Formats: sequence, structure tokens, C-alpha cells
Amino acid sequence: MNTVTLPTVETAKKLGLLPDEYDKICEILGRQPNFTELSIFSVMWSEHCSYKNSIVWLKTLPKESERMLAKAGEENAGLVDIGQGLAVAFKIESHNHPSALEPYQGAATGVGGINRDIFTMGARPIAQLNSLRFGMPEKDRNQFLIKGVVKGIGDYGNAFGIPTVGGEVFFDDCFNTNPLVNAFSAGIVQTGKTAKAISYGVGNPVYIVGSRTGKDGIHGATFASEDISEKSNEKLPAVQVGDPFAEKLLLEATLEVIASGSVIGIQDMGAAGIICSTSEMSAKGEHGMDIWLEKVPTRQENMQPFEVLLSESQERMLIIVEKGNEEEILAIFDKWDLQCAQIGVVTDSKRLHFYMKGELVADVPAEDLVLGGGAPVYHREWKEPAYFAENQKFDPNQIPQPDYVEAAKFLLSHPNLASKKWVSKQYDSMVGTANVSAGEASDAAIVLVKDAKDLAIVITVDCNSRYVYANPEKGCAIAVAEAARNIVCSGGEPVAITNCLNFGNPYNPEVYWQFVHSIKGMKTACEAFKTPVTGGNVSFYNQSGYDGPVFPTPTIGMLGIMEGLHKRTTIAFKTPGHRIALLGPMTDDIASSEYLYSYCKVKASPAPYFEMEKELLTQKLVKKLIKQSLLASCHDLSDGGLWLALAESGLNSGFGFEVCGTEGYRMDAFWFGEGQSRVLISYPLEHEDRIKTLALEKEVDFLPLGIVSDNKSFKVDGLDWMSISEASELYENGLSKYLIQKSN
Amino acid sequence: MKKAGVVVFPGSNCDQDLVEALSRSGFEKVAKLWHKQSDLEDCDIVFLPGGFSYGDYLRSGAIARFSPIMKEVKAFGERGNFVVGICNGFQILTEANMLPGALLRNKDRLFICDYTNLVVQNPKTPITNSLKSDQVYSIPIAHGEGRFFAKEKEMDEIIEGNQILFKYATADGLTTSDANPNGSLENIAGICNRGGNILGMMPHPERVSDPRLGRADGKALLSSIRTFLD
Repeated sequence: MNTVTLPTVETAKKLGLLPDEYDKICEILGRQPNFTELSIFSVMWSEHCSYKNSIVWLKTLPKESERMLAKAGEENAGLVDIGQGLAVAFKIESHNHPSALEPYQGAATGVGGINRDIFTMGARPIAQLNSLRFGMPEKDRNQFLIKGVVKGIGDYGNAFGIPTVGGEVFFDDCFNTNPLVNAFSAGIVQTGKTAKAISYGVGNPVYIVGSRTGKDGIHGATFASEDISEKSNEKLPAVQVGDPFAEKLLLEATLEVIASGSVIGIQDMGAAGIICSTSEMSAKGEHGMDIWLEKVPTRQENMQPFEVLLSESQERMLIIVEKGNEEEILAIFDKWDLQCAQIGVVTDSKRLHFYMKGELVADVPAEDLVLGGGAPVYHREWKEPAYFAENQKFDPNQIPQPDYVEAAKFLLSHPNLASKKWVSKQYDSMVGTANVSAGEASDAAIVLVKDAKDLAIVITVDCNSRYVYANPEKGCAIAVAEAARNIVCSGGEPVAITNCLNFGNPYNPEVYWQFVHSIKGMKTACEAFKTPVTGGNVSFYNQSGYDGPVFPTPTIGMLGIMEGLHKRTTIAFKTPGHRIALLGPMTDDIASSEYLYSYCKVKASPAPYFEMEKELLTQKLVKKLIKQSLLASCHDLSDGGLWLALAESGLNSGFGFEVCGTEGYRMDAFWFGEGQSRVLISYPLEHEDRIKTLALEKEVDFLPLGIVSDNKSFKVDGLDWMSISEASELYENGLSKYLIQKSN
Repeated sequence: MKKAGVVVFPGSNCDQDLVEALSRSGFEKVAKLWHKQSDLEDCDIVFLPGGFSYGDYLRSGAIARFSPIMKEVKAFGERGNFVVGICNGFQILTEANMLPGALLRNKDRLFICDYTNLVVQNPKTPITNSLKSDQVYSIPIAHGEGRFFAKEKEMDEIIEGNQILFKYATADGLTTSDANPNGSLENIAGICNRGGNILGMMPHPERVSDPRLGRADGKALLSSIRTFLD
């Protein structure tokens, strides 16, 4: 091995490693690492790959349920039994840092990466969601980011041919420099037919398949583990470039190859490229590999060993084939015009030997590189931030009652509450002819499982970052509760979650306090809803010198199932004359509402009202009402409170409503408050007695509000707040007015 | 008994949807035809499905027309047989000069996935013959390059030849500019050749042919083709 000038601890620091970590590497190797080896450790021990600053807490989350086929961290994505011999593989992942610098490619490759995680398990993706956060759309730069990210997601997902069936978009100034781009995908596989990310069997050949390896995305994983700064632009080559056409071919070929039964193990190449796949698969299979780097097809000549190892070029897979079956595998890739090259062989050494033209350039033990093996694990300190105590001092009595009609109009056209159609129209939501919600919306997206009888998956992504900032423990529990409520209101049964944990710098004790308490809230909520965590992704360092840390955003991607499509329930009112009522606890709460934050401009307040017991009761009741076919529509209350829920149910149907508030509450809290665990329903009058009885039985408050009307107006407490056409204009243009390009 | 063939190009992604929809619309047999083959397997009609053939990196449909199977499809059409292109399939047919005109970038330069309303123009073609001329059909589009364009002389010939299948319309059936989602000339959503046997349209009837999805207007279009073949 070349030992001319070995890098020092200074080089290690430049690569993002700590001095202690450098010492640990020397200890593991029994000598000083060379530059290639140091690069290997720097990416494998980055937060992105090793979860070193989060794993202690992630391990506290519930992982067990009868439906769980692969536990968190075991495979590339969680695997859940949905009955009829089928399973769902699903996961959410962030692509925040690349999207901050190059929104189009950053977002596109995020979509590519999450889908590879699904089909590398042998599952065919059937639906995608995404969760996006930007600074306010008034700013030019934010418009550039929004347009770029949405086009990136659309161009990649549309060409790849998997529908984008829903998602969320949220705006706040804290995301000006550091937007959040979280992509979710779910796929279907027959139970027992999944592929594993494992390597074993001495002499089995190791293949790389798909796109050529280039210099893009080198140290991408390390880059994702730093704050965004002026210098980040210098890291542009750390952003990868996506090719959805290659991904589509890779999908079809991969599923054929897995079905052939000749594959020992397969893993997609995401963060940290070849080094990540070779080490994780080898560590899991307790074997080693000899890899010949000059055999890797590259885009440019004379790539250095560390470049080939660390490149995050997209649309690539590492496949271990059972010796003797190479021809069968090669024929499949040839059919799909995909490049497939043998780059190594499985050994019994438990070490990874990387050669370049015969020279050994790196010799590292696989186990010591990976999470759960030798990768460092840290217990970080945390400290309650000063703002938290400050928030609790909020006194709602200081807030005067508003001009209701003005406030209602303001909220309906606020970018956080207004229609997101400008975004969703750019995504193909119908390809695959399985998205039941494309025609008529529910709180969560309902997607047919075509291989099964009368079965659908019900999926949603949720997190109100503002609530989590106000109170991480409660706010994160609310995120889980809202996801579950969305699934229940659509007619589904919550089953499991995946999470995408977007936080600032974990070395900042106040940020770490937000992280720890979010995890505590998630744990409590997931236990309450019996929705274990199947995996996900941690994205720290979402902060910049300009804006500080972003709002803590533990995005929850929840999977539900619907056994019997007749349970499908939508948010639109159905018929004039139907009664409208509210289920769940009514309180005087306006804390952390969009009304308080944006209309009253009061930024410091606690998280909104939330009691887990009440939430469970509300959801139990809604399930019962849907099961007994008593509801015409069902819409959960979330951002914008009762007013927004009413307006959306009206706008989706084209019908107006006449409703009245109830004495004894602050009227702004009644219409605009965001107290949790509440659901808006409409139903034929003849169902009212049964609904009331069931509500009483389940101990859920039932509050009659009024009726669906065929007057084209929204009437509140006897006053015409606005006509449907005015409401529609405010709602439809609230966001799009910032983004529509002038026609040429 | 009628057999439909659905060509699969690399990058096609509506092929399976179309196979299922055709089976649901009365076709007794439906076969997928791989783009590298040159045998149309005795199909009575050939469909080119939607998607992003070869990634559509150059221009939508520009590479797919060179696929080996396209030589056969062209000859098949020239013999008077029926060929139907949907979305990317329509783009491929114009690139292959089997249909006049071209599909350009949408007027606002954004991809659009949304429901559109179609009204029938020429009621005597395979895809329109069972449809009602006073009815509006709700069929979704999903494309970035769907703005139909033809030069003036070409356009005159299209109109004179009664080659317009569908126009985009309002829910009331009016072909106004507001109802035009992508800036297509004359609100054109689909056309056929002079002989009436080569058909292309941007909207996706296969996406609204399963009653479980709530809307099923597309089944009427595909069933119309099947009935016409008898």
C-alpha cells in the first residue's frame, strides 16, 4: 500500500471527523489511515450514514407489531404485512441540503433515491408523497426554490411513472435559506418474495448496474451533515444529477432480476455510494469483499479511488449474484439496455479490500464502518431554550376579537392554508390508475392495491412545524395524531409510520432538546395509536448563519389500510339539507394557530390544546360512524381550524353552508382555533340520533353547527361571510398568485 | 374476437394501465408488444401508450419513432389498419409523420395533470362513433408538451378533412380559450389522419375506465373503438 504521505488529524477535521474519531480509526486499523480510508470513514461515520447523534434516541421508539415484517434499520425500508399475501415497503427521506443549493436536481434526486429504497426490496412503488417547507413565497429567492423543487419532483416522478398522490407544503421565514424537501414512497411486494441488502457466499460475484459513476455527489453525505453557509455553493458538485429514464429501466430490470431468484442481495447506491453498499451488505452478511475499482464504469477518466468509492451518482445498484447464474442476470439487464459490470467478489475475510489496477488502496473492516457496528454513538447534551418558558406566558386575553370576515378572508388566502393546486397539478397523480383520491379528495390519499381484493392503502405525511417549535413533545405527538386522524377520517386504519427528522445542528444543546423531546412525543403517540416506527431518516444541520435553525420538523409518513373500499369517506359535502356537526373537544384555544401567528402576528405561544385520551376517543367514534355508513363527509380540523374545514368541504362540493357558533366560547377560538382531536362531519338528518347516541357512548362532544345549503354562499351566525365564488378565488389564488408565470 | 396490441417502449409508463382498460372495454385479447420486436402478433389494432419513451430528453417521441417496431406499425397503418396513440403515443405518431402537426411545450411551460372536458368533433371515427355529440366527456390530461400546433396550410387540411376528434371545452361544452389547458390551436385535444384509421389524443381515456376510481367516461371512448372494429 502506498504510504508516502499519510493524512493527519487536520485532514480528518476537514473531512468532518472529530479528533477523537480520528484516534478511533487509527485504533481500528492498528495504523494511520491513508486518504482513501480516511474518506471512507468520514462518509460512513457522518450523521447521514451512521446516525451517531440520534441512534440512542431512535432506539427508544416502538418497533413491534404483528404486521411488522422488517424492523427499522434492518432493510432499506420498513415492511408491513397488509394481508392477502402482500406487504407494503414504505419510507420517507430528506433531500434538504441539495435542494437548498440546486432545487431542481436536489429535489429530483430525492425522489429517485426514495424510490430505489423501495424497489431494491423487490417492491413495485405505487404511490409517492412529499412534504415541503419553504420561506414565505413573497420573496423572489423562495419563488425560485419553490418552482425548482416542484419541477424537480414533477419531472422525475412523472417520467418514472409512479403517481404523486398527496403531500404538504408549509411556509415560514425560518426556511428561507434551508428549505425542507422530504420524499415518501410506498410499494407492494408479495410476502416472502422480498430481496435483502446482504452479501455472503465466498466466490459470489459482485455487480454494479445502472448509470456510470461520475464525480457528482462526492462527500454528499458529509455535506448533508454540516450547516449551510456561503461556502456551500462551492460544494455544488456534491449535488447529484438525476435521470428518471435510467431509474425507470432500473426499476423494471431490478424487479425481473429479483424475481429470477438468483440474487443473494441487492442494495441501491444512495448516500456514500459504493462504499456504503459494500460495507453495509458485507457487515450484515458477515463476509468481506475484494473490489476492483478500475472495473467500475466511470463517466470520466482517471477518477481517484476515493472518488469512485464515494461518488453518489444516481440510478445505480450493487448486486450479489449466486455464482453460476450470471448469464441469466446479464440477459435481463441487456434486455433493458442497462450497463452491468462485475466489480468484485465475496470473500470470507469480513474486510473490504479495494484495489485500483492491482494496487490495494484501502483495507477496512466492514463491521467497523456501519451503524450498529463500529460507528461512533454519542449521547449529546441538551438544554431547554429560553423561548420555551416565554411561550407559556402567552395570555389569550390580550388578543382582541377581530373583524371575523376580514380574518376569514385573510386565512383562506394565506399560502399555508390556500389551495396547493399550483403545486399538485405539476405532479402526475393518476398514472397507475390506482389513486382513488385523484377524483375526489379525502384527508389522506387512498390508493388501490390492484393485486388484492377490495383493499387499499391510505397514506399521508404530516407535521405542523410551528407546533413542534412551540412544544416539541406535544407538537410531535400532534403530528402523529393528525396523521392518524387523516387516515381514520378517510376510512382507513392506521398501521405504521416512517419518519423524517429535520432539525438544526445537534451540537447545539437547544436544538438537541427539540430533538429529544420530539422523539419522546413520537414514542408516546406511536404507542397510543399502535403504529410502530418502521424506519426513516435523520436530517440534522438544517440551519444557517442567517436564519438560525429551522423549526424542528419531525415529518410523519403514516401508512393505513382500508379493508373494504365502501369505507372510503371524502371531505366534500354531498347534498344540500345535510346536517353539519363537529365532533371532539371544543376549547377556547387559539395558541399556535395560523390565525394567531399570521393574522394577529403573535409569534410566541404554546402548542395548541391536545389530550391523547380525547384524540383516541374521537378517532374511535369516527371509525364507528364510518363503519356504520352514517357519514356523508368527514374532514379533520387542522391548520385554520373549523373555518378552513368548513370552507374546504364547501369548496370541494360547490355547495354553501349555514352554520352558527355556540355561546360560551371566544368566537375567534371557535372559528379559527386549532385545538386538536376534532372532526367536521355532514350526514342526512335521519342519521342524527344514531350519531348522537354513539358520540355519547364514546364520550365525544357532539356539537351541531348547521346545514349544507344550495345558496352559493358561506353563511355564519346569520351573516353572509362570502359567496362561494369569492371564497374560491381567494382559496385558489392565495398561493398561485406568487408563482404563476406570465404567458408569453 | 378482437386482439389489441400495446407497444412498450423503454420509458412507457401507461402501458399496463392501457392493457387493463382495454380488457375492461371489451377487447377479448390484449398483448404487450416489446419495442425491439418486429412482429405485431396478429393484433387487430395497435396502441402506443403514454409515458416518457427514451426519457423524452430530445423532444417527446422523437427517439421512439426509430424503435424497430415502429417500421411495422407504420406499414400496418398504411395498410389501413387502426393505430391509436395516447399522450406520448400521440407525440410519437406526429414525430413519425403518421399524423400531421406537432405537440409543443404547454403555453405556461408547466406540466399539467388535471381533468379536462372533451367534446366530440367528428362523430364518425372509431373512437367517437358510439359517443354523443351533445355530451361532455371528463378525461384527464398529464403532459408537459401537449400544445397542438400545425402550420396554417396543414391546419386548413385538418379542418377540411374533418380530422379533429375532440376539442377541450368547458363543463357546459363550450370550446372557449379558458377551457384550453395548454394553448392548443383550436382547442384541439385529438386528431386523426385523412383516412380516419390513425388516431392520436393527449387526454388519457384509460385513466377513467375503472368505476372504483369514481369516474368512468374514458371507458366509453375505448368501448367505442372496440364496437367499431366489429
